[in-house]
Amino acid sequence: MAGQAAGKKKRERGKNVKKNWFANNWLILVTGVVIGIAAVVLGANGNPGNMGFCIACFLRDTAGALGLHRAEVVQYFRPEIAGIIAGALIAAVAPKEFKGRGGSSPVLRFVLGAFVMIGALMFLGCPLRMVIRIGGGDGNALVGLVGFIVGILVGVVFLKKGFTLGRAYKEGAGEAAALPVVYILLFVLCLAVPALFFFSEKGPGSLRAPIILALIAGLVVGVLCQRSRMCMVGGIRNAVMFKDFGLVAGFLAVIVTVLVGNLIIGKFNPGFTGQPVAHNDGLWNFLGTALMGWASVLLGGCPLRQLILTGQGESDSAVTVLGMLVGAAFCHNFKLASSGDGPTGNGKIAVIIGFVVVLIISLLYTRKAAKES
Amino acid sequence: MKEVDARGFSCPMPVIMVQKEVKAGAPDELDVLVDEKCAVENVTRFAESQGYTVTWEEKDDEYAVHLRK
Repeated sequence: MAGQAAGKKKRERGKNVKKNWFANNWLILVTGVVIGIAAVVLGANGNPGNMGFCIACFLRDTAGALGLHRAEVVQYFRPEIAGIIAGALIAAVAPKEFKGRGGSSPVLRFVLGAFVMIGALMFLGCPLRMVIRIGGGDGNALVGLVGFIVGILVGVVFLKKGFTLGRAYKEGAGEAAALPVVYILLFVLCLAVPALFFFSEKGPGSLRAPIILALIAGLVVGVLCQRSRMCMVGGIRNAVMFKDFGLVAGFLAVIVTVLVGNLIIGKFNPGFTGQPVAHNDGLWNFLGTALMGWASVLLGGCPLRQLILTGQGESDSAVTVLGMLVGAAFCHNFKLASSGDGPTGNGKIAVIIGFVVVLIISLLYTRKAAKES
Repeated sequence: MKEVDARGFSCPMPVIMVQKEVKAGAPDELDVLVDEKCAVENVTRFAESQGYTVTWEEKDDEYAVHLRK
């Protein structure tokens, strides 16, 4: 009898845990589904293939629109990015989460942001586009996922040993608002006087969803990601470090939604060759995403999360976004970015330099933390 | 009572700092200071998974999270 009672109690507890899990994580699941739907809709309405969203590619296009690089095929001021930053800002104001905070090794964050971009453009996509590519059937993105997980695991080893870029401190509203305001004003200027900016006439930069659709999609995703704390890197990191599977469920929700969406509209195309804006050099896809994953763990979040934190006033993330923009410009000015034909020699050298730099930062700031404690 | 000052640290640092205390001897009472809401949520989720009851209060843009067994 006692055994039966205990068994019943255990089953009830299991049920409660399950119920609590859904109660705690429904928003992240909704966010994943909405991002997936938005990605499929944007892809079907003009954005490049398997690129409904890509924070790296869109920052790269924006760097091109601003003339920071002159690669004519990737220049466009992507409304999605402006929408995501504005959405995060709007969502953060009401719960009083918009506040100035920063000063945690900003220059190192700039450098890490640049190398996140170099890794992303070796693979051709940020972590978000990686999962969108998986949902589209691109097998190279599965190779990328393995590299991404390995990179995150390496970063987690340093986190466990005490890696930190140091404390951030309170900052004024001006510092908090500077990049979101400048970015949004530049976007408005681009709408008002487009002749000031560069626009691709061919290539991925010329493939665009209608501005209003892209902007609304960005806003919705920005609001949801700010509320749900969506992060592609955080998902895998938290699952490994704390057995917390909330964020990684959002990650999986994007894959499933994009997969189902592509099946419905007939755009699911499984395979390794002939994939849109992708190459099938497995080793360099792996190394590119590994670099991106490792550097992102040190930064505390993926490129999408950096945009969201920028929107809510974190100047450390704003500096990271600036690092990514400049990194993207370097990628095209020095021929580091891959294309559908594969990686470049310069790109391979840059990724190797990236591993060395990230390793040095990891070692230096782990020792420092160990000494301080 | 033990106190962890995780102000200024972004996630996952506050959770790692709490995890370290829990591994070092799982005190019955632990207070954690953080300065972002996201850290409150993450510390709460982790502490509850370790069997703590969690309450928190906000003061001057900072949060005191109380973990009790």
